[in-house]
Amino acid sequence: MTEHVEFKVSIPSSLHEGLALQDRIVQLMERFAYSPRDVFAVRLSFEEGLANAIKHGNQLDESKLVMISCRIDDNRMRVEIQDQGAGFEPQAVPDPTQDEFIERSTGRGLLLMRVYMDHSEYADGGRCLIMERQRNSPLPITEN
Amino acid sequence: MSKSDRRIDIEEISGVTVARLLEKKILDEANIDALGQELFALVDKDGRKKIVLDFTLVEYLSSAALGKLITMHKKTSTAGGKLALCSIQKDILDVFKITQLNKVLTLCNDLDDALKKVG
Repeated sequence: MTEHVEFKVSIPSSLHEGLALQDRIVQLMERFAYSPRDVFAVRLSFEEGLANAIKHGNQLDESKLVMISCRIDDNRMRVEIQDQGAGFEPQAVPDPTQDEFIERSTGRGLLLMRVYMDHSEYADGGRCLIMERQRNSPLPITEN
Repeated sequence: MSKSDRRIDIEEISGVTVARLLEKKILDEANIDALGQELFALVDKDGRKKIVLDFTLVEYLSSAALGKLITMHKKTSTAGGKLALCSIQKDILDVFKITQLNKVLTLCNDLDDALKKVG
């Protein structure tokens, strides 16, 4: 049976809370000898997902929690981020690469999560983000 | 602001302000807000118009940081100035390409190239 590690944690809706969790996930990935590119992809996607949950989901209301669950094994890692906000429709978020939106200062997090993770999906009316990435999954831009 | 609190290091080269970003991970939103204030002050407070941002040390960059760079680009353009980014590591360069901000921002291979672009 493949060894795996999983944890669940709840944090208040403060933007200061994210870095320690990022470090915890990175340490787990390094323990399982994931590549620097895998670590980069997951760290970036986790930060985007968590920031969305705290800022847009829970509206920085520290009485509301964000629940994070993470599971990692030799082949795959999965992260779920659940907030207690009003939810949203991901399809309603405009494509930030379109000319009319490209100079906006926000709105690129969903794009980055979709690109850097194999699977990125919102459930529970936009309150629960589920992300998965396989070990050594290719990134879209690989030329040097 | 003490030196240890600074998120950028400033140098003047032939009339161009070179701001080296000192943080390896530009991910934490509180730090990103502080970085934005330091960058915006170069234009709004100091009136600098030729600016290069040196990314040599930067290993991670979130979309919130991209937002600050877009705002910095707009401020510099509105002031009639020029902004270029240089020495961007491969993984970070990919983020600019994926978001297609390489079409909006001036990205240069190295400092010499950037100095030519804004000088």
